[in-house]
Amino acid sequence: MKKKIHFGLNGHPVALDADDEQMLLWVLRTDLNLTGTKYGCGEGQCGACTVIVGGRAVRACTTALKHVAGKEVVTIEGLARDGKLHPLQQAFIDHGAFQCGYCTSGMLLEASAFLREHPKPSRQEISAHMERNLCRCGTQQRVLDAIESAAAQIGAAS
Amino acid sequence: MSRAGGISRRSLFKALGGGIVVLIGLDPLTTQAQDAGRIYPEDFNAYLVIGENGRVTVFSGKIEMGQGVLTSQAQMAAEELGVELAAIDMVLGDTDRCPWDMGTFGSLTTRMFGPALRTAAAKARQTLLALGSAKLGVPVAELVAKGGVISVAAQPGRKVRYGELSKGARIAMVLDEKALLRSVSEFRVMGSSPKRLDAVEKVTGAAKYAADIRLPGMLYACVLRAPMHGATLTHLDTAQAERLDGITLVRQADLVAALHADPQQAALALGRIKANWSTPVAKADTQSIFDYIAANSGEPKSVAARGDAAGARAVAASAARLFESRYTKGYVAHAAIEPHAALAEISNGKATVWASTQTPFPTRDHIAKALQFETRNVRVITPFLGGGFGGKSADGQAVEAARLAQLTGKPVQVAWSRSEEFFNDSFDPAAVVTVASSLDPNGKIALWDYLVYAAGERGAESFYDAANLRIRSVGRSMFDPASAGASAHPFAVGPWRAPGANMNVFAVESQIDIMASAAGMDPLAFRLRNLSDARMRRVLQTAADAFGYQAGAAPSGRGIGLACSIDAGTYVATLAEVEVNRASGKVKVLRIVCAQDMGIVVNPEGARMQMEGGLAMGLGYALSEELRFNGGDILDRSFASYQIPRFSWVPRIATVLVKNDQVAPQGGGEPSITTTGAVLANAVFDATGARLFHLPMTADRVLAAIAAKSR
Repeated sequence: MKKKIHFGLNGHPVALDADDEQMLLWVLRTDLNLTGTKYGCGEGQCGACTVIVGGRAVRACTTALKHVAGKEVVTIEGLARDGKLHPLQQAFIDHGAFQCGYCTSGMLLEASAFLREHPKPSRQEISAHMERNLCRCGTQQRVLDAIESAAAQIGAAS
Repeated sequence: MSRAGGISRRSLFKALGGGIVVLIGLDPLTTQAQDAGRIYPEDFNAYLVIGENGRVTVFSGKIEMGQGVLTSQAQMAAEELGVELAAIDMVLGDTDRCPWDMGTFGSLTTRMFGPALRTAAAKARQTLLALGSAKLGVPVAELVAKGGVISVAAQPGRKVRYGELSKGARIAMVLDEKALLRSVSEFRVMGSSPKRLDAVEKVTGAAKYAADIRLPGMLYACVLRAPMHGATLTHLDTAQAERLDGITLVRQADLVAALHADPQQAALALGRIKANWSTPVAKADTQSIFDYIAANSGEPKSVAARGDAAGARAVAASAARLFESRYTKGYVAHAAIEPHAALAEISNGKATVWASTQTPFPTRDHIAKALQFETRNVRVITPFLGGGFGGKSADGQAVEAARLAQLTGKPVQVAWSRSEEFFNDSFDPAAVVTVASSLDPNGKIALWDYLVYAAGERGAESFYDAANLRIRSVGRSMFDPASAGASAHPFAVGPWRAPGANMNVFAVESQIDIMASAAGMDPLAFRLRNLSDARMRRVLQTAADAFGYQAGAAPSGRGIGLACSIDAGTYVATLAEVEVNRASGKVKVLRIVCAQDMGIVVNPEGARMQMEGGLAMGLGYALSEELRFNGGDILDRSFASYQIPRFSWVPRIATVLVKNDQVAPQGGGEPSITTTGAVLANAVFDATGARLFHLPMTADRVLAAIAAKSR
């Protein structure tokens, strides 16, 4: 059943005629052509498709459109604002916290939502929170370095 | 000496069979002819074009899958050409534009393609100097080439830009001079760690992977898979699937697929296809595979021999001083986070396929064969890969996409699901190693009798000074690719990051530790006593110093392990400290220190990333990863049951690059991972006194080994 669905996407309103049981991942990637959100497993087990919905990090591959209606969605395409990289994006670059880059969008959005809730996390808390985001290239140490340093920077700026 | 106006005759004549010689313009003929010869081209124009605006486009068949070669290749080209790194644009893995390449694997980009690329760029620089000399009327010896400009050393105002000389065209001039590569002391771009060229794209989501490419009118395909390998289709009913609006069903020989403009509809249709299969009887499973492999691998062949291994073995056996061990390791999945994907379009008799592949040129050949197209009518374009690790040397998805595009007349994307990715993987093979070794009264290795099944010989050759040595391999050989497929395995196996070496180094370095412990010697001192290779001695000592290693025979209870190897021309030594939970058997890695001598280092930070990445990834094959199966039935098909390393597993990893500018750049992507299994097995032994002979060292197995020891 197609319905009219409204939500916010990276600061802009979106209106879709769509089946609200569809998973957000495919709506983003196919209907909206935002391919920065990646398919990794389709079962919410790898974190490559992580986006922010209503301030919370969710797995887009297991989030039906009906749970998105009326909310604000942030994808990797919306993390940088006004042409300026988010401190996490800059920290990932500075610390070499990616290799193939395929898990990176999900890592960044997971970390971004986390830092908003936990502005001064310990390294161990960051690690525990990122546990469900998989990286096969083995960048974990640098991802933690990057999130730690971005947290410090965001804390200093606020 | 230069011959202005000459051309690169050898390569062009090879290209055109002595026919018309094209002087200007970037025709693809030269690269195609080089392709046919399966060699790297001599004509530097095949590797780079200097635009009139001074921007340099570099062409390479080596693809970017995370290992950083987008950046390191640009560094090499910029260095030798004499331009800023920022002036370089890279084109990777496009078979119509790049010089032929066999594929990106084996840590070969820097050590094998690197010299070809550097030589091409250096030749281009020398040629530009000759052209600049003619233009400025000043001898080459009085000129400087730097930053894309040739200037008179004594009068920097007299200059000409590269772009003014090339005008964006093929430079039809050949010098008799040998290419002079820059020396380490001259390096400006090589040897430094600029930010990766793919950085901004990858943190903003702009980086394109194969599944991200969109074409008008494209269809998404879901391919019907057998329930297990070796099954054959006996009955097919697609009636229910065909009722879906907009669905296309395709069946051609073994290929059955549902296609739709919406990928979710294609998946829905696939689920409605009813298929019956006849399934073969399983010959082996997760547990029995090792005996099965040992019994079905054929005749061993010799890898290395010296002295009288058979005689020494008899002597040691009669004196009851023979150390005999059998090591095993299960199948390991590549499990890149990006599953295989491809988009194929056929238009005007030409197929263009965007594919996540480590081997664009062989993939093009496979597609051409499947479509019955001439090779020149197939173009493979390689976007970024979301990890490869050897698994994307297999290219079934690209062939499927091309066949479906041919059958439907529309652009078709095939993007495997995670379950398909596990099912279709070409796994790191299960393997067995048997070793018999002995020591003389001075703690020197008297015998090393080594036989590896299924892993192959990489990492099996010994760098220790054994007096009597015999190394044999059976069931797989890197020098005999045919043997990789015709084997005892119930499904596909293939290269997996440092193929075979993870298994061999695990066996070799465990056995060395067993002997050191039996002799009551410190594992580092024991290795140094049996090593005359100065490079390895230095790497070992460097790693131990960086770790703050204190000597002590194992098991010391400290949980410290040591392992070393030579892989891809690189020397590597790793120390690790672990904590073993004696109640649960769980191994926690507390820290890792790794030292590496890889010769000249092109990009130190990139090299460290690869060292860290290899060690972190290696935690998986060492501690958790073992594919479960019953015959051709793959039981692990998701990350829920097949556990790869997570944040909490990865300790602080410190890396040391041992300076060695006397040696040309060696491999960096694989060496460190070869030590992970061995170093952790040795650390677990040091912690508990229990020796693990099987990888992965799951908590159950560690508990069992501790229990067996205390009996």
